[in-house]
Amino acid sequence: MSLNEEKNLRELQQLLKNAIPPLEDTTPRRDLWPAVQNRIATPLIHVPWWDWALLAAAALMFFLFPGMIPTLLYHL
Amino acid sequence: MELLQRFTEGDPEAFASLFQQYHRDVYRWIARIVRDPAAAEDLTVETFWRIHRSHARFAAQRNFPAWARRIATNAAIDHLRRTRHEVPLPDNLSASTRPDSIVTTETRRAIHSAIAALPPRLRVVTLLAFIEEEPYSQIADSLGISENAVKVRVFRAVRLLRKKLQQAGVHA
Repeated sequence: MSLNEEKNLRELQQLLKNAIPPLEDTTPRRDLWPAVQNRIATPLIHVPWWDWALLAAAALMFFLFPGMIPTLLYHL
Repeated sequence: MELLQRFTEGDPEAFASLFQQYHRDVYRWIARIVRDPAAAEDLTVETFWRIHRSHARFAAQRNFPAWARRIATNAAIDHLRRTRHEVPLPDNLSASTRPDSIVTTETRRAIHSAIAALPPRLRVVTLLAFIEEEPYSQIADSLGISENAVKVRVFRAVRLLRKKLQQAGVHA
């Protein structure tokens, strides 16, 4: 990097820092531990693998036989 | 037994102890990226949930703070991606972070918009490298990339920022 480029970069950095000063020491305003415990206690919504397999099979069917889509929609 | 070993085995007390020891550092790191106290708090919770979920994958001889920082950075980037087109770069963290009065409101707004318009991956390196002056090695570690890759991202971010600022009439 040339001296001029280095100088331009420093100027840009100073401009950014004047607009957005670096953060000084900051701490959370509330106790986060209860929220972490709640988050851990909340069960994940688990989708069984066979549901994904069924979805993939349906997507493949529609891709291979797009003519099925209007027929299916008609019967829904 | 060592704290980290107990954590990998799923000991809730070890996890609570690690939370008490490191949650402020994780919060500070996230706040430097998202610059929004409420979001930083939520993302700290999200980070420790991800840490808890991945406890079995953590090797006890690894550096826990560095691992936690990487998970926190990923959570912060996910947040930036979700909120990219929302309010640009809040800076209401504390009274001590008031912007410099020599910068006009218009210039400040242009700079905030230019940074907010950066892709999240470039926004993170801009904030950490330029504003917070974190070492490239630490930024690289937190993003899981090489130092050279960080330099490339900084270069790309500078090019985009200059372009945006020039469009807004700010000499940079």
